[in-house]
Amino acid sequence: MRIIRSRRLRSAASVLSPTILVPAVLNGLMMGAVYALVALGLTLIYGVLHIINFAHGALLSAALFAAFFAYRVLGLDPYIAALLLAPLFFAFGYGLQRFVIGPASRGDDRNMLLVTLGIAVIIENALLLAFRADTRTINVPYAFETINFGFAFLAVPRVIGFVTVFVVALALWLIMTFTDMGRAIRAVAKEKLGAELAGIDVAHIYAMTFGLGTACVAIAACLLIPTYYVNPGVGNAFVLVAFTIVVLGGMGSVPGALIGAMLIGVVESISGLFLGESLGQIGIFVIFIFVLLVRPSGLFGARA
Amino acid sequence: MKELTPIAAVLTVLAAVPLFVHSNTTLNFLVIALMIALAGQGWNVLGGYGGQYSFGHAAFFGTGAYVTAVLQVRYGINAWLGFVAGIAAGAALGGVIGALTFRSGLRGSYFALVTLAFAEVLRIVASVAPITGAGVGTLMTLELGLHALQFESRAAFYWVILTLVGASLIIVHFIERSRFGVWLVAVRENEDAAQALGVDARKIKTIAMTISGAITAAAGCFYAQYFLFVDSGIAYGTWISIEALLTPIIGGVGTVFGPLLGALVVKSLGEGAKLVTGDVPGLDLIVYGAVLVLVIAFAPRGLIGGLYQAGRYLRRLAVSPTIPLRKVRS
Amino acid sequence: MSEPLLVVDRVTRRFGGLLAVNAASLSAQQGRITALIGPNGAGKTTLFAMISGFIPASEGIIRFAGEDIGGEPPHRLARRGIARTFQIVQPFAGLSVCENILVGAHLHHRAREAALAAAEAVGRKVGLGDLLERAADTLTVAGRKRLELARALAISPRLLLLDEVLAGLNPSEIRDFVPVIRGLCDEGITIIMIEHVMQAVMSLAEHVFVLAEGRVIADGTPAQVAADPLVIEAYLGHGAAAKLRASHAG
Repeated sequence: MRIIRSRRLRSAASVLSPTILVPAVLNGLMMGAVYALVALGLTLIYGVLHIINFAHGALLSAALFAAFFAYRVLGLDPYIAALLLAPLFFAFGYGLQRFVIGPASRGDDRNMLLVTLGIAVIIENALLLAFRADTRTINVPYAFETINFGFAFLAVPRVIGFVTVFVVALALWLIMTFTDMGRAIRAVAKEKLGAELAGIDVAHIYAMTFGLGTACVAIAACLLIPTYYVNPGVGNAFVLVAFTIVVLGGMGSVPGALIGAMLIGVVESISGLFLGESLGQIGIFVIFIFVLLVRPSGLFGARA
Repeated sequence: MKELTPIAAVLTVLAAVPLFVHSNTTLNFLVIALMIALAGQGWNVLGGYGGQYSFGHAAFFGTGAYVTAVLQVRYGINAWLGFVAGIAAGAALGGVIGALTFRSGLRGSYFALVTLAFAEVLRIVASVAPITGAGVGTLMTLELGLHALQFESRAAFYWVILTLVGASLIIVHFIERSRFGVWLVAVRENEDAAQALGVDARKIKTIAMTISGAITAAAGCFYAQYFLFVDSGIAYGTWISIEALLTPIIGGVGTVFGPLLGALVVKSLGEGAKLVTGDVPGLDLIVYGAVLVLVIAFAPRGLIGGLYQAGRYLRRLAVSPTIPLRKVRS
Repeated sequence: MSEPLLVVDRVTRRFGGLLAVNAASLSAQQGRITALIGPNGAGKTTLFAMISGFIPASEGIIRFAGEDIGGEPPHRLARRGIARTFQIVQPFAGLSVCENILVGAHLHHRAREAALAAAEAVGRKVGLGDLLERAADTLTVAGRKRLELARALAISPRLLLLDEVLAGLNPSEIRDFVPVIRGLCDEGITIIMIEHVMQAVMSLAEHVFVLAEGRVIADGTPAQVAADPLVIEAYLGHGAAAKLRASHAG
């Protein structure tokens, strides 16, 4: 017994050394950035429609497959594919909300929960049906290249991902603040009835918001695919993390989603060091449950 | 006692089935359908009558399955005791999760999320913990006999699960007519108004979750006895969370027979889909998802609710389908 | 005179920076009807919410039958005998009228038979005897108001808080409702009613409190309060009392 304990202590001590810790933190931050993009879509949808989109994970899986085939069949580099997939998935999301979710749930929260769940099940299993459960990856030439930042070597795709997320967040902020549609979205989020009375087509705005959230997911998929794998279950794994982030940061809060995502990314990275891959995930869920029970409004959000 | 006639009639008819049906495939199908009906009835108590939609009922199913399996395999506990222990574990888990989540006042989407999270945590723990066999799972030894709750004939298993389903029907029937049931439905309809009328909403919801956990755990215990193998994906996977909520919603939330009817319909649809297109993986779940969306869109009260709606139009009598009323003499 | 059944002692409620109720004090004598009036937004419903346990008071004491009930949750207060109706009527929509009343009846009757009998009796008392098996969401506005009252009565309250129970009713419906309320008072139930329908207040209430901007600005008999210039100003605006006096004199 004693021997094993001291061996564990020794490996724990080595894990804490800067050469391992710093890249872990940085990797966590960059993974967090991609989480942030997924969470952004989710928090946007919640902030405006006031529902938790249970289909978010399945949409991510679908987007990953789309990016995969864009590479395999069309030969598109993922970062180029994003330019194609984002509008495509925006339209898909728009259609989903406008023609399926909205009419089916008729505004009832519980029904919306169930409808998005139903859609999630359909999409996920349709992917399973079409593509089997095999895991696929793509091999882009720069997947394993790293950039030397002096204190650490960071993988190129991850760095690009990190930067892109902030660009997208900035773009979203610009849209929300300066465009008419953005103003309409904010109006509906704040006061739906008033917005309706002012002549805003709420169903259209809901659908636009859902579309934006789905587009975020599509971009996130393109950022993920160089270094991640693709199978129908991936979206599920991500969405639970995304939920955690959104709840932690506060439902409907964009800065909350960004900060929460970075935090979660780092936590996952570090607990992965100590506990191994799968148990690292537990850390996230425990935080999730803890936050829900103790402070459901999260760091920045309004009370649910 | 007279009001138990419908339940008695249904059970009698179902009990007679193995006397006429000998095909193992059909019996297997019915056994699974009844097991899902049982799991769904558990969900129905909390979701249908209580209005709290859990997306993680796998937590109770899996706990029932694992407790039964592990106690028998690792500790040599008798199968019947293991079964009871599994149910008790489900109840305890329901009480704990209920006490925690309802104390925080979580409702609606947040409640769905937290139940999902609990189920996921259990799944991950079960996939790595040595006691559950980690990734390999727990394999139970084949030992036929009543003492071990394992049988050679499918019919015997069928009658076991039918007994459990029958018990759940009777339990829910009595809940409907009890003060607890009236208060539970009131909480579902309007929690604040209910509280103003003296209903301790938190306590009622927690009790509902305890009962719900026990019933769904029983389904899990049965799974272990029937299939003799449990792993984390089977026990705590999203498939059972979805099927447990799907069957009451399709059959009729907040009704005694809803989950049973829903299970038979849903499973039949799944089998039908497989027959038509060949045994493709995931097709039945696609059908389930589509049916869920369609039911919510066009018949949110499920099949039984739809029947009541039709009856209402026909009879022009506006009686709610949730609680049976005795006639008021004017 | 014995101690009032309900005493609200300098109760304050803050929402962030907003002072919804500001050191308000009122009392309700046992078996009497007390009215709480005032312009919209004065804080009357907030006061009811505090008395019935839905929100806690930021400051002050609320005493019911001599005991401090501050911080107790609504269901506990219901058991003590405090019932309230809601301004925006919310019946249990999916249930029938009788089933709605049954929920409250079960508080003091555990067995279903007894509770059903009690529910029927209450339903008849408020005039819903013929509608007991109708779905609650098919009732007219007047019917829903009666149902709201019936539900509250089913818990056999000692104190009944009526929040604008006459709002939305036409004059003949009001005329039908008033004797029902008076009948309850005759049975010994203490009633506090928030009301805007002045003729009902005048004919029913024995004591009136006037709330404006969170403060109690006047109290007394209906006649005293009606003549109070502060009250007139609260409703009609600054200087209105003087204008009225001038027009009467001239």
